[in-house]
Amino acid sequence: MTEADGGATPAEGGSDAPARLSGSGLRLAYDDRLVVDGLDVAIPDGSFTVVVGPNACGKSTLLRALSRMLKPRGGSVLLDGADIRSQPAKAVARRLGLLPQSPTAPDAITVADLVGRGRYPHQKLLRQWSPDDERAVSEALAATATTDLAERAVDELSGGQRQRVWLAMVLAQETPLLLLDEPTTFLDVAHQIEVLDLCADLRERHGRTLVAVLHDLNHACRYATHLIAMRDGRIVAEGDPSEIVDAALVERVFGLACRVVPDPETGTPLVVPAARRSRVG
Amino acid sequence: MSVEAPRILPGRVVRSPRGRVALRVERRPFVVGCLLVVLVVLLAIVGIATGDYPLSPREVVETLLGGGDPSSAFIVETLRLPRVVCALLVGGALGLAGAIFQSITRNPLGSPEIVGFTWGSAAGAVLVITVIGSSTGAAVSGGAVLGGVLSAVLVVGLAWRHGIQGYRLVLVGIGIGLVTRAFTEYLLTRARVEDAAQAAVWIAGSLNGRGWEQVRPLALALVVLVPLALTLGRTLRALELGDDAARALGARVDSGRLALIGVAVALTAVATAAAGPIAFVALAAPQVARRITRGSGPGLLPSLLMGALLLEASDCAAQRVWPAQQLPVGIVTGAIGGIYLAWLLASEWRGRRSG
Ligand SMILES: Nc1ncnc2c1ncn2[C@@H]1O[C@H](COP(=O)(O)OP(=O)(O)OP(=O)(O)O)[C@@H](O)[C@H]1O
Ligand SMILES: [Mg+2]
Repeated sequence: MTEADGGATPAEGGSDAPARLSGSGLRLAYDDRLVVDGLDVAIPDGSFTVVVGPNACGKSTLLRALSRMLKPRGGSVLLDGADIRSQPAKAVARRLGLLPQSPTAPDAITVADLVGRGRYPHQKLLRQWSPDDERAVSEALAATATTDLAERAVDELSGGQRQRVWLAMVLAQETPLLLLDEPTTFLDVAHQIEVLDLCADLRERHGRTLVAVLHDLNHACRYATHLIAMRDGRIVAEGDPSEIVDAALVERVFGLACRVVPDPETGTPLVVPAARRSRVG
Repeated sequence: MSVEAPRILPGRVVRSPRGRVALRVERRPFVVGCLLVVLVVLLAIVGIATGDYPLSPREVVETLLGGGDPSSAFIVETLRLPRVVCALLVGGALGLAGAIFQSITRNPLGSPEIVGFTWGSAAGAVLVITVIGSSTGAAVSGGAVLGGVLSAVLVVGLAWRHGIQGYRLVLVGIGIGLVTRAFTEYLLTRARVEDAAQAAVWIAGSLNGRGWEQVRPLALALVVLVPLALTLGRTLRALELGDDAARALGARVDSGRLALIGVAVALTAVATAAAGPIAFVALAAPQVARRITRGSGPGLLPSLLMGALLLEASDCAAQRVWPAQQLPVGIVTGAIGGIYLAWLLASEWRGRRSG
């Protein structure tokens, strides 16, 4: 949490400076299955951007392209003004971190060791540990409430604990840009809120830019400063959730009849699915 | 130089004054590694001391340090030392190669003899012995290296699909291994009896009569390959987290994995060229090392040491248990390996079911 500090005021979209991370004319495919065709996206700097959409609509695919995992068939992803694929992998990894949707931990690895591996892009062959590494790892453990698990083996943890440990590994990478694919899946409701609070905190206090895929629309509306709603590999709507989320949008994106009312806590949109009776009847 | 203890990460950090060099060493793997070195040295001395003309350990050490009388110098330096050094180098190379393959394939069975590279080497060597009719050490070794590398290129080429996936590598490797094995056996049935007998000894994997002419090229190759493998160990640690996470950390996934496979294939090929296809060491050494060090990560150095120890121990056993028979060491390792493999499969299976 060093270089990202400096009290950058979060720009809520609309600013004229080009975003640090953007994609244009993206064409993304696996073998011969075209998932995304001609998509333009810009992640507003200092935003907490949330991507929502039905299963298999291409959210993970988009995140993988934005983080250099997947080579676009067409178009390009720009990071800090240069094509992300033309930049050295390690230089990218010092600025942009990704939490994959279903990462795999090696057998018998401990939590501290796994989180420590997040420091890879900051280390060299002969410099495998530095006081910065130590600080980053302990801060990441503290932020995800996993300090007490440090000595435990990752494969003996519950699904939710494991998820937080992986999040800690990505945080230890200390990148100003963070892409999180479903960081709250597997978590109980209290830990979901904890992770989302942590994300909001990282943005507000440390000026980081976050992109997360979430399935809970109400969480998305509450926490996102910028919402991207996808369907079938296209962006259906994007912007401030309070301005774009209504019953028509939910119907269009998810094909679900619902009412949208103000969240009694925050006033953000709250999506209430229509009762079964009124849907079938 | 200073040594300090990180508060969160396990182990000790050895640091140069300016912090340019800072290596983290975990305690248990470090202690185990030191113990293995001691055991390897002791066993080597035993290996040199025993035989038809026994020497005392003291005589062995004296001779190695340049003293001793001429007859024991001849026995040590010409007869026994090259064989022991050969066992240590071959075992170390196989242990290291096994650790790399098992980590890449994420599979305890993903070792070079299962993935078929060893049989590629065997086919190459048998081809040289039976068809070309050459039995000079250099030609046979060359055939083994070439066969191993060719079969590896074939396996990696067939398994390649947007990069290499561990399980594809294992499955394709098993297939290619069966084909090269059948080919080798076909060659044996067509060969002259004397050639076939010679080839059969070679296939069993033996250290009998190994001299400096086998040790020298092997040692030269290892001087290059071992540091290369240890350097790539960092990439291997990142790869363990899965392709996406490794890429996200900035590791070179495809080229790194290819380089690792290249190094491991080369290690296997030069080891096989020197001693024939020795079973079980590449398979077992990393597994035993991992269980003893309780380390996470690929554990390259402990696997190397464990490989050296296992092969030297097997060779001692092969020579001493039936001294008259000149038992090839590959038969001993193969027998132990079969038992070990059955145990490994049974315990994994039980672990799966109860866990
Ligand atoms: N590795 C792959 N190989 C082939 N096809 C894939 C691969 N990964 C995803 N797909 C396909 O791409 C499409 C989009 O997948 P993606 O993972 O981006 O969906 P998603 O929006 O993240 O869904 P979810 O909410 O279920 O995670 C799907 O049709 C999927 O089957
Ligand atoms: Mg997904």
